[in-house]
Amino acid sequence: MITFERVTKRYDKRNRPALQDISLDIQPGEFVFLVGASGSGKSTFLRLILREEKVTTGRVVVSGRDVGKLSRWKVPQLRRGMGAVFQDFRLLQSKTVYQNVAFTLQVLGRKNSQIERAVPEVLDLVGLADKMQRYPHQLSGGEQQRVAIARAFVNRPPLLLADEPTGNLDPATSVGIMKLLDRINRVGTTVLMATHDAAIVDQMRKRVVELDAGQMVRDEARGVYGQDHQP
Amino acid sequence: MTFAVIITVAVSLTLFGAGLLVRAQVDSMKDYWYDRVEVSIFLCGASSSAPSCSLGAVTPEVRTQIEQELTALRPLVQEIYYESKEEAYQRFLEQFKDSPVTQNVTPDALPESFRVKLSDPTKYEVIAAAFEGRPGVEQVQDQRQLLDRFFKLLNGLQVIALSVAVAMLVVTALLVVNTIRVAAHARRREVGIMRLVGASNFMIRMPFLLEAAVSAAIGGLIAVGAIVAAKVFLIDEVLAPSYQFTAFVSWDQVIVILPIIFFTGIVIAMIAAGLTLRRYLKV
Repeated sequence: MITFERVTKRYDKRNRPALQDISLDIQPGEFVFLVGASGSGKSTFLRLILREEKVTTGRVVVSGRDVGKLSRWKVPQLRRGMGAVFQDFRLLQSKTVYQNVAFTLQVLGRKNSQIERAVPEVLDLVGLADKMQRYPHQLSGGEQQRVAIARAFVNRPPLLLADEPTGNLDPATSVGIMKLLDRINRVGTTVLMATHDAAIVDQMRKRVVELDAGQMVRDEARGVYGQDHQP
Repeated sequence: MTFAVIITVAVSLTLFGAGLLVRAQVDSMKDYWYDRVEVSIFLCGASSSAPSCSLGAVTPEVRTQIEQELTALRPLVQEIYYESKEEAYQRFLEQFKDSPVTQNVTPDALPESFRVKLSDPTKYEVIAAAFEGRPGVEQVQDQRQLLDRFFKLLNGLQVIALSVAVAMLVVTALLVVNTIRVAAHARRREVGIMRLVGASNFMIRMPFLLEAAVSAAIGGLIAVGAIVAAKVFLIDEVLAPSYQFTAFVSWDQVIVILPIIFFTGIVIAMIAAGLTLRRYLKV
């Protein structure tokens, strides 16, 4: 699904690289935690996959496509094959829950009949079927993140990227979000989640990739967050 | 987009249209006048002082010879009209009928002349070379040169109108650039999400381009209305009745100008918007 081959990313020449010589493989259907302190390179890792940044050296291959070499007009096509969720939800405040989710499909040019079927379906999956006509500011943080996940997943992409999705949520709400991501993973979606929430990582027992100052220091199946990084 | 863009587009395009209108006016006046201008060959009278008149007044033989030579210059020479002293006098009386100067003038004081109409009025030199300075000819005069001075004035006006119009169009383009920047900034969240879910450049930029095009189109329509109003109320109702001796721009010419100014506005706004979006809305 995702292959990093000796990837180095440098934002400028003076500082140390944000990522240094990273190589790893993520198989379709895997659930992978990307852990590490702030500034360790987790977000850069995700941005390279989304092609918001280009590698300095090395190769990032997603679904058989060399992301770094993709011409600019093919980037939208790449992004349609992945959903992305962020710590700050990134919802449109002026649109209802339904409209926020439908927005993805409208952008992709889907037919109205298709949108009217798919949106309630995915909102039902995330447990917000009864709040479709609410606006984001009328929802709790956890509910807003569920809307964001619904929007990322409504197109049923094979890959879901999550950058600190529980960063703004309390532990109880976070558990709910993780259950949702786990369910999405169980239907075959590859999930890559950057986090520094140790409790979640320890509880889930999934593959853990740890970054430290831009270097990969650990890649462990069924790992935990790691003792030395516990808060 | 904004009111400001519509107004600047309207004003700059109106000026642009006015410049084109003056140009069309010059063209139609040229057509009108060049059709009527003549080359006058004034013949020597008894009192002429030009060197070529040292032999005194022109003799009938010389006059006949000049006429024959003019006839030989067909088809460049289209029409030849001989104006005698008596006819020149009558015309003089007509022109200055309210002036006391007519009392001191006798038919003998006015020169007889050939009025020559050329098929191509720009070829005046041919006539001048053949007759200027030869015995019996006092002076060869081209009316076209008198008109050209007037047309130069009109051309100057046209250049001024068009330069102001170009400056205004540049201002319009800059205003569009700025408006798009503000709009892109205001919608950066929405645009960011569109990019995230895989919207193409075209989909992201289309709303901005449409807005620029629609504002330019509205401004363009205002300008078109202003030019039509100028034709109806200024030219047809005020100028044409007061200056009946000349031609004014026709509807045919105005109708050519209208789409030019309309689409110029849209094209400029779209180009300015497109370049700005390339810079500010990257995938």
